[in-house]
Amino acid sequence: MPDPAPTQRAATIAVLVENEAGILARVVGLFSGRGYNIESLTVAPVDEERRLSRITIVTSGTDMVIEQIKAQLDRLVPVHTVSDLTLEGPHLAREMMLIKLVSTGEQRMEALRLADAFRARVVDATTESFVFEMTGAGDKLDAFIALMKPLGLAEVVRTGVVAIARGPRGLQA
Amino acid sequence: MSATTAPTSAEARTMTGADIVLQALKDNGVEVIFGYPGGAVLPLYDAIFQQNAIRHILVRHEQAAVHAAEGYARSTGKVGVVLVTSGPGATNAVTGLVDALMDSIPVICLTGQVPTHLIGNDAFQEADTTGITRPATKHNYLVKDIAKLAGVVHEAVYVATSGRPGPVVIDLPKDILIGKGSYTAKPVASHRSYRPQTEPDGEAIRAAVALLKRAKRPVIYTGGGVINAGPAASEALTQFVRMTGFPCTNTLMGLGAYPASDPQFLGMLGMHGTYEANLAMHGCDVLLNIGARFDDRVTGRLNAFSPGSKKIHADIDPSSINKNVKVDVPVVGDAGRILAALIEAWKADPTPVDREALTSWWRQIDGWRAVRCLGYEQRGPIIKPQHAVKRLYEITQELGRETFITTEVGQHQMWAAQYFGFERPNRWMTSGGLGTMGYGLPAAMGVQIAHPDALVIDIAGEASILMNIQEMGTLAQYRLPVKVFILNNEYMGMVRQWQELLHGGRYSESYSASLPDFVKLAESFHAVGMRAETASDLDRVIREMIAIDKPVIADILVAKDENCFPMIPSGAAHNEMILGAGQSGGVAGVTDEGKVLV
Ligand SMILES: Cc1ncc(C[n+]2csc(CCOP(=O)(O)OP(=O)(O)O)c2C)c(N)n1
Ligand SMILES: [Mg+2]
Repeated sequence: MPDPAPTQRAATIAVLVENEAGILARVVGLFSGRGYNIESLTVAPVDEERRLSRITIVTSGTDMVIEQIKAQLDRLVPVHTVSDLTLEGPHLAREMMLIKLVSTGEQRMEALRLADAFRARVVDATTESFVFEMTGAGDKLDAFIALMKPLGLAEVVRTGVVAIARGPRGLQA
Repeated sequence: MSATTAPTSAEARTMTGADIVLQALKDNGVEVIFGYPGGAVLPLYDAIFQQNAIRHILVRHEQAAVHAAEGYARSTGKVGVVLVTSGPGATNAVTGLVDALMDSIPVICLTGQVPTHLIGNDAFQEADTTGITRPATKHNYLVKDIAKLAGVVHEAVYVATSGRPGPVVIDLPKDILIGKGSYTAKPVASHRSYRPQTEPDGEAIRAAVALLKRAKRPVIYTGGGVINAGPAASEALTQFVRMTGFPCTNTLMGLGAYPASDPQFLGMLGMHGTYEANLAMHGCDVLLNIGARFDDRVTGRLNAFSPGSKKIHADIDPSSINKNVKVDVPVVGDAGRILAALIEAWKADPTPVDREALTSWWRQIDGWRAVRCLGYEQRGPIIKPQHAVKRLYEITQELGRETFITTEVGQHQMWAAQYFGFERPNRWMTSGGLGTMGYGLPAAMGVQIAHPDALVIDIAGEASILMNIQEMGTLAQYRLPVKVFILNNEYMGMVRQWQELLHGGRYSESYSASLPDFVKLAESFHAVGMRAETASDLDRVIREMIAIDKPVIADILVAKDENCFPMIPSGAAHNEMILGAGQSGGVAGVTDEGKVLV
């Protein structure tokens, strides 16, 4: 008798780690070795003095798998804290994107109007191209990309998600 | 990432990296290193040559060094230490590392590395050891700064031995070993990031006891975690099981935590576990798991595993909890502390146990026991492998010598688990999680080094033993009187058994052809060889083997077509186990989903 398919959920997980060589390989190896999804992963040092980096991972799976992911991350020796932002209350998630448009004439004007509506900034311009910089939730970035497609979209680069809890709660090392 | 250090007498001495490594090992109580030299570790070998505090045992293959360290660790509770050279030395050690990882054995493996300025250049005997061993270890280090060297060794021992134990690699570039730096003593402060929870949560303990007190059909199921928590944990387990009056079963890794001769012991559970243990698991209403991980070898088909029970899972590793089996009461902590807390909470909870229910549960269990699932008949001259193990057990019992058993992997391993009884922990070493053929002989070597006067026997198969047979040379060199007891069925018996039961009897490549003459092989390695060909030889050979104070290979010719039962075929449930040959028709019912499982 097959089990009913368990429901999947998305999770945004914040991880405070020692800022040391190999830590990213450990985290990525954990995900690939155990067959977990990575939808997005970002990492950067956040506390030079205490040699801490912060990783934000967006993943998905059943509740059981997500609990596993957190427990497996927490088990890594250089990991200080693991926090499931999705479970632990409201949080902010943002991505930054640079998007290049190569077009002329009316298409350029239309792109500029849309960029303005989406609060994308022009950070580079030539007579035949623009680079917009835009920050926001992932779906807002997706929507903007969709609108740019017919207007000469040439290249997109995104940072992946960074996320933080709303309110006074914080991640302690 | 090492913790802050406090100055002590050993502080601030300048020495070579090699001396720093040895000093740090010594300060962590290390007495033995199992190793094999090579270019990248020559400075360490030079330092070893010039001191007496740490003994070096020269193995014949780096994989064997790790298994020897595992045997040493499991029989003493101390960390096992390995030293190998760069490149092939390190890659040869990988199987041992994964073995130690799967079975949670504390091992430190020092690997040589090309000098730091050559790393990444494809230098001679360079391998990306930290890259290769990252998923093969609990943690690993590449030391690029001699100032951090002592701290890394201290930390490595801490990481290997605390929480859920495991193997740790320290990769040592040659320039670091030759260079000079100052020694730093063991840190007193706790680790910056790795601080596993050992003390269980009181609320969880009370919830567990509340469930157990109200149980009508309870089972206590324990694993290697209880062994790893030290002999006191096994004593506490025995006390707890006796005060509850509940039945107790152990995993393959957990054998010895509860005395095998005790009437409350149901034997091992799982794929080749006893009928009574598996049916008790299937039929129980409250299950207490301590230090086991609901491994697939134990659970059988997951959605049919212990379907009617409330489950309590106590483990040092939170990632083991709710991994395979959803549990009702999770308890994180050290198995010894958990058992002590359970004993206290049991006394404190005034709820009486349901004696009547427990009595009828035991009556049901006794009914399953009456099936005598491990019964066999030794008739005629051909030695039954079960009988060989049984006699080995009985004779060692009779002699009363401190006995340690290691095994290789296959049917003989399961027969050893079924027919050799363990009364105490740390006497039984087998490769459980990885199932590594070639584990037993080097592991026995490590045990014998730690316990020079004990009787150490590797119960082996004729195929497995050939995987690390070169270690007979190590036995000879160090005069280690290890006994290799081969159940020689001329088959990779476990493979043959699966082929018989699941692949229409097509014995593809599972015949042990062109075997060596094990008697002559023993002699050529300066050991004693002997052979038992018929049942009437068996006792004599066992007694002679034990009496000889030298390494021995005893080649026990056993029935070639014997299968290991009981058996829960892969993908089946506990109540679908096969008891014996007559019933193997039941295996035809193995589903395709079952067949894909290992
Ligand atoms: C290194 C390794 N290779 C392959 C296997 C798969 N395997 C499991 S048992 C077995 C046969 C072992 O034969 P033998 O040592 O004679 O033991 P028997 O089953 O006959 O008692 C094999 C090949 C393994 N466990 N380990
Ligand atoms: Mg065999």
